[in-house]
Amino acid sequence: MKRVVEGSQAVAEAVRLARVGVISAYPITPQTHIVEFLSEYCANGSLKARFMRVESEHSALAALIGTASTGVRAFTATSGQGLALMHELLHWTSGARLPIVMAEVNRALAPGWNIWVDQTDSLAQRDTGWIQLYCENGQEVLDTVLQAYRLGELVNLPVMVVLDAFFLSHTYEPVDVPEQETVDSFLPPYEPKFQLDPKDPCAFGSLVTPNIYMEMRHSIAQAMDDALRCFPYIEDEFEKIFDRRYGTVEALYCDDADIILVTTGTITSTSRQVVNELRAEGEKVGLMKLKLFRPFPVHHVRSVLISAKKIAVIDRNFSFGAGGIFAQEIRAALCNEPGHPPVYGYIAGIGGRDVTTDVIGEIYRRTKNSEAPEAESIWMGLQEV
Amino acid sequence: MELMVHDQEYMSSGHVGCPGCGAAIAMRFLLKALGDKIIIILPACCWSVIAGPYPQSTLHVPVIHSAFETGGAVASGVKAALDMKGDKETTVVTWAGDGGTFDIGFQALSGAVERNEDFIYVCYDNEAYMNTGIQRSSSTPYGAWTTTTPGDEWKRLRKKNIVEALVAHRIPYAATANIAFPEDLVRKAKKAQSITGSKFLHIYASCPTGWRIASELSIKIARMAVQTNIFPLYEVEDGVKYTINYRPKEYPVSEYFKLQGRFQHLTEEDLEHIQKMVDEDWALLLRKAGEHPS
Repeated sequence: MKRVVEGSQAVAEAVRLARVGVISAYPITPQTHIVEFLSEYCANGSLKARFMRVESEHSALAALIGTASTGVRAFTATSGQGLALMHELLHWTSGARLPIVMAEVNRALAPGWNIWVDQTDSLAQRDTGWIQLYCENGQEVLDTVLQAYRLGELVNLPVMVVLDAFFLSHTYEPVDVPEQETVDSFLPPYEPKFQLDPKDPCAFGSLVTPNIYMEMRHSIAQAMDDALRCFPYIEDEFEKIFDRRYGTVEALYCDDADIILVTTGTITSTSRQVVNELRAEGEKVGLMKLKLFRPFPVHHVRSVLISAKKIAVIDRNFSFGAGGIFAQEIRAALCNEPGHPPVYGYIAGIGGRDVTTDVIGEIYRRTKNSEAPEAESIWMGLQEV
Repeated sequence: MELMVHDQEYMSSGHVGCPGCGAAIAMRFLLKALGDKIIIILPACCWSVIAGPYPQSTLHVPVIHSAFETGGAVASGVKAALDMKGDKETTVVTWAGDGGTFDIGFQALSGAVERNEDFIYVCYDNEAYMNTGIQRSSSTPYGAWTTTTPGDEWKRLRKKNIVEALVAHRIPYAATANIAFPEDLVRKAKKAQSITGSKFLHIYASCPTGWRIASELSIKIARMAVQTNIFPLYEVEDGVKYTINYRPKEYPVSEYFKLQGRFQHLTEEDLEHIQKMVDEDWALLLRKAGEHPS
């Protein structure tokens, strides 16, 4: 049934439909409506789950590590500072091979205090062993949470479903909220491959010497490869039931494009409009939306981008001393391909600044009108200070 | 005297604790009390090593090793999962050292107890970060040498009173216990298991390596800690009802201090000062329990 809901509620509806058993959350600087909706669902009985009101974001994830190790489906939501505080346990979750799902609302990191959208918080966690899926709109958020449980539980890795603060978390859109039976046909009850059980006592996470630690880490690497290979099959099943799919990346007008814009999150929606307008004017422009960031779909990205003349990556994030993080990854994906196109890196929308159609149009024109990138990172719309 | 502790063991030989390790003895008695229908949460501490490296485990019960500061939180999550599975039988036990309890894990412990999570939190206290190399913790007593309080920089601050901090949460049950008093320890562990809500056991567990004592003195030193009033045996129900479980002989504290290498630098004056602090703490405890000095 189509309902007009905000992005946060799309997450909460998906968590309800996924029949999550334990939710644990803390209201850090600030939380979003996601956990408020979920508290409500637990209180009114529409979701039969335990809602844990823990005393920090660190404990929110620690508690779920206990929950998932005991064989119950688990969820948390966080943002910015909260995710940063969880860092140690992000590594722990993937190392322990626990398929916890988290909704991560991209917010800028302090100081100064800024709660608006910025992707540096989630991208700073790219090496923690979590699958990361970036979303564009409310429908994609709902669908991705359901897919995340299927994917995470299949390969035993945690999944971060990432969405923009305010532009997505607090924006109301029509979203198809499916029936419970329909979701049940896609997402069966969680069957843990291992769990804490007094009848079958095991020790999890013991001391590990160098003669086996490396193999354990390698098995996580293999699970990430499996996730990349399996995601399309999960989407096939999802499409059969729900008639929607997203792809690890989505390519729009890329086949004959001279210049391809690369985007994530809500900037993609604005870019769709710009690209359509430019196409109408006869410009040979394409758009590649990156959805799956970890594992990085390197072959898919390469095949979409390789025949273009120039690539323009829009990063709402920054790695100080290096550049936009998506641009770096795109460069790394292309660098071993002979004759690959140059990658222009644009920094835009940091700390919640609006990325308008004008900004994206200017990015296109600057890319078109310069022979080579002016700099590794071009900051858009900087004011004189 | 016959020990009222049964013969069933839930811990195999071959653990990798030091000779005379009080923490190994404490675990053995705790398991005898609680049985094998338990799940242990083991935040980083000496026992992260003592339990044995992968793929071995000295414990006959399920164990989840966890990050240093997460003992209270991981236990909360395990218990929530058991509730969702309808398992009312299994007892959830966090087993942490003093660093993971008094210091880095205090927030998660306080949070779990404030929520009155139904679990037993056991702190085996060897009064410093022993596994990492004898660094001082907030449980290290006044007067002690550690590798981070060396030479004349020995610790001149009091040991944090962790039981009183837990009692301030109005925890349903908090108790001290000691490896030299196994029947008292077993009784308290069983009592904790019978109570719903949060329970805290503070177990004195001597450390021959860190305290610079002979391993065969482990139990003797532990007994002296009680007999000198340095570590009284008592329990507190619902944050208000104090019971002193054992009235000690009240030997002078110097007897306890002189046996341990970690206190060898202390002068007679220092020991007199420590005696005053111990007397003061004991008098305070007597008042809370409504008892009179002997």
